Amino acid sequence: MVRTIANAVGALFVLSLLAALWGSISGVISDPPKPTAADLFHKEPKALHLASDGPFGKFDQQQLQRGFQVFKEVCSNCHSLKLVAFRDLKGIGYDDAQIKAIADQWAVEQPTTNPDTGEPATRKNLPSDHIPPPFANDIAARAANNNALPPDLSLMAKAREGGAPYIYSILTGYEPIPVALKKNFPDSLPLPGLHYNPYFPSLNIAMAQQLTTEGQVQYQDGTRPTVDQMAEDVSAFLVWAAEPKLESRHVAGFATVIFLVIFCFLAWGAYQNVWRDLEH
Amino acid sequence: MATADDAIPPGEAPGPYHEDVHDPRRRDFLNIAAVSFAGAGAVVAILPLINQMSPSADVLALSTTDVDLSKIGKGQAVTTSYRSQPLFVRNLLPKEIAEADAVPLSDLRDPQTLEERTKEGHKDWLIVIGVCTHLGCVPLGNKEGEPRGEFGGYFCPCHGSQYDTAARIRKGPAPRNLVVPDYKFNTPTTITVGS
Amino acid sequence: MSFPWAQQYQPKHPLMRWIDEKLPLPRLVYNSVGGGYPVPRNLNYWWNFGVLAGAALAIQIITGVVLAMHYAANAGVAFDSVEHIMRDVNAGWFLRYAHATGASMFFIVVYIHIFRGLYYGSYKAPREMVWLLGVVIFLLMMATAFMGYVLPWGQMSFWGAQVITGFFSAIPVVGENIRIWLLGGYAPGDASLNRFFSLHYLLPFVIAAVIILHIWALHIPGSNNPTGVDVKGEQDTVPFHPYYTAKDGFGLGVFLLVFAVILFFAPNYLGHADNYIPANPLSTPAEIVPEWYFWPFYAILRAFTANFLWIPAKLWGVMAMFSSILLLFFLPWIDSSPVRSARYRPTYRMFFFIWLLDILVLGWCGGSPATPGYIIVGQFAAAYYFAHFLIILPIISRSERPRPLPNSITEAVLAKAHDRAPHGAGDPVPAE
Repeated sequence: MVRTIANAVGALFVLSLLAALWGSISGVISDPPKPTAADLFHKEPKALHLASDGPFGKFDQQQLQRGFQVFKEVCSNCHSLKLVAFRDLKGIGYDDAQIKAIADQWAVEQPTTNPDTGEPATRKNLPSDHIPPPFANDIAARAANNNALPPDLSLMAKAREGGAPYIYSILTGYEPIPVALKKNFPDSLPLPGLHYNPYFPSLNIAMAQQLTTEGQVQYQDGTRPTVDQMAEDVSAFLVWAAEPKLESRHVAGFATVIFLVIFCFLAWGAYQNVWRDLEH
Repeated sequence: MATADDAIPPGEAPGPYHEDVHDPRRRDFLNIAAVSFAGAGAVVAILPLINQMSPSADVLALSTTDVDLSKIGKGQAVTTSYRSQPLFVRNLLPKEIAEADAVPLSDLRDPQTLEERTKEGHKDWLIVIGVCTHLGCVPLGNKEGEPRGEFGGYFCPCHGSQYDTAARIRKGPAPRNLVVPDYKFNTPTTITVGS
Repeated sequence: MSFPWAQQYQPKHPLMRWIDEKLPLPRLVYNSVGGGYPVPRNLNYWWNFGVLAGAALAIQIITGVVLAMHYAANAGVAFDSVEHIMRDVNAGWFLRYAHATGASMFFIVVYIHIFRGLYYGSYKAPREMVWLLGVVIFLLMMATAFMGYVLPWGQMSFWGAQVITGFFSAIPVVGENIRIWLLGGYAPGDASLNRFFSLHYLLPFVIAAVIILHIWALHIPGSNNPTGVDVKGEQDTVPFHPYYTAKDGFGLGVFLLVFAVILFFAPNYLGHADNYIPANPLSTPAEIVPEWYFWPFYAILRAFTANFLWIPAKLWGVMAMFSSILLLFFLPWIDSSPVRSARYRPTYRMFFFIWLLDILVLGWCGGSPATPGYIIVGQFAAAYYFAHFLIILPIISRSERPRPLPNSITEAVLAKAHDRAPHGAGDPVPAE
């Protein structure tokens, strides 16, 4: 009885799938899928090697500080970094006094309430504050950016497939529109206000090229601020911003793995020991 | 259900595992080592589970409060907040200072002079955390019109602790004076509490 | 229950005797996972995974209870509260990554546990109830995992909630109302998040309770074994403790090692980047993919693209997806072959491995974008999935000629030892 019902139900599902399969295959034959502009012109992220890569990875604090400077002087004009507090900058090697000064001198002030009138007001940033966003809200951000919303950068290195190499590739990947694209996909050309970047999934990104000239940012540590260097540094900084506990995670990981390897040997020994006189 | 209990006569050691057959030292060493290793690992694994309950980094960071003293007249007091607790800031009258100085230290449960409880040159500014040292209620007396107790300072209504004009415990169950937090004068009229 | 030769609990210390008289809990433990539970002596490493699944659940409950001390189930702050755990809470990143990768580890272990049961016929009489309770646990796990994935309130959380509650809108007439009732609104929001959090906290304890029933039901006939042959006598079994506690201790070590490598060195490998973007009800991600452990079922859902017999494609997909799991409830009766272990069922064994491959293909399709190529492969694989359980198994369970079974577990063990014996000490031991 059960088997008869099973056969009948099975036959129904299989027949339904065969009908669907017939539809899919005839669909593919009658209307073969054409490659889109993104299929042909999208590029995988360029290779980028950072000190924080791999299981032994540690942050290069000099590079993080340079990256922070790029963020502060270039990116932070449009992008927020809401999840990072000034106090967190200790993780990239600043001391308390430096952090206090960075917070105090930050261009955007912290929104607060006037204690006497209750009116909205602003005050200087404190180390305990999160980095204030450049725009009061999303509508203001869109209004100032041609109706495109600059995303928050706190988690950017984890929130995009490709991570830091993707960020680096976007920053350095602006190219003239290929002739073949112009010829074959006139509909996929960037609309006014968009910019061609083959590392962006849809090829057309709202952000214009921001790192344009060598020396745009003056590094304190004497590193030559080429466009490539600035892009690499800010990508490294965003890896830290997305995962500030990366180093302690790696250290704890090694301790745990070494402990467990020893434990596995001991447990295997105990297992063999208990079973040694028993055929199994 | 009862079969297992009935089937074996008591005292018979069933099963093929006989502890006494083997060399006990080797067996003991490996098994004990493995079990103690596991135990040590479990203890270390519990640490983060306990530690996560301590104040998180953002809570620890909110550790300073600035207070502007310029608007507090003689004999007046304000209550602000420091680390989510009430902070009593009082501008003492000369009479209150004199009362506090007149008390012999031997009369005090937690002997401290007013000088020790204020900053040098600012003996008229009494800044204490407004949490009774008994069980944590907020004492009365910092607001206009509130009872200030027998000693003219603060009075905790929960269990009747009485503090004097220097916020020292004088009577009732509290063990210590109201706590003076870490603070410093930035200018003669502004202070930063906490560090 | 249990075999007549099971060892008896004999408390030595007066305190333990006193407890045994008042509340025989130590006796219960002894009889369940101690010296009082006789287990076939020939279990292989695939039998480690039941204990590992229990360990994985324990890890999830412990880390989950602790995370709930910091998490805020409110659509406005849920995402930030998770990042607060990652950045500010002491050891918070460890706890959250342990819980997130722990879910994947739990599913890996449970899938292997299920595959082992299917290969060695552990679902067959007299263990049908063990199997049925196991399927209940699996369903509860899926519900719990889904609701847990919604809690961080990232893009995948939000759109996962939207799509999965959308299944219910396939029900004719009342479907849309059921969906709105489940969500407490027209789209996932505060109400959904709060109820998912409440249930996500509750269900693991329900799972733990069903696991107790699962083990209880197991202890009545006793454990199956790789030969599938019944235990004939005392020589066929060993006490669970110390034999299998020692073996499980080693298995647990290896499990934790694999777990630690993922947790500490690739914690986001099994997740999806889009879930680090806060939920945005106005914009769907380019590609919505569930967590990997749902991929095979997601592929079945997507395979039904044509209306058939007056039933719309959407309803077919949803029915098929639920049926693909619910049919497991009938498996003990669909497969009526008296031989349990696939070792002695050459035809079943072959189809088992084809089915295993089919599951992997389904998973691969379910995790890939919905392009015609993947859909077509997924349609073949889904058809085979149903054919395996509902057509092939009923046929081979009657037509197959099994290989001769050993007379007993001990005979099989000694025969294996005998096969090994003629080889010199340095010869490699042939694989079983």
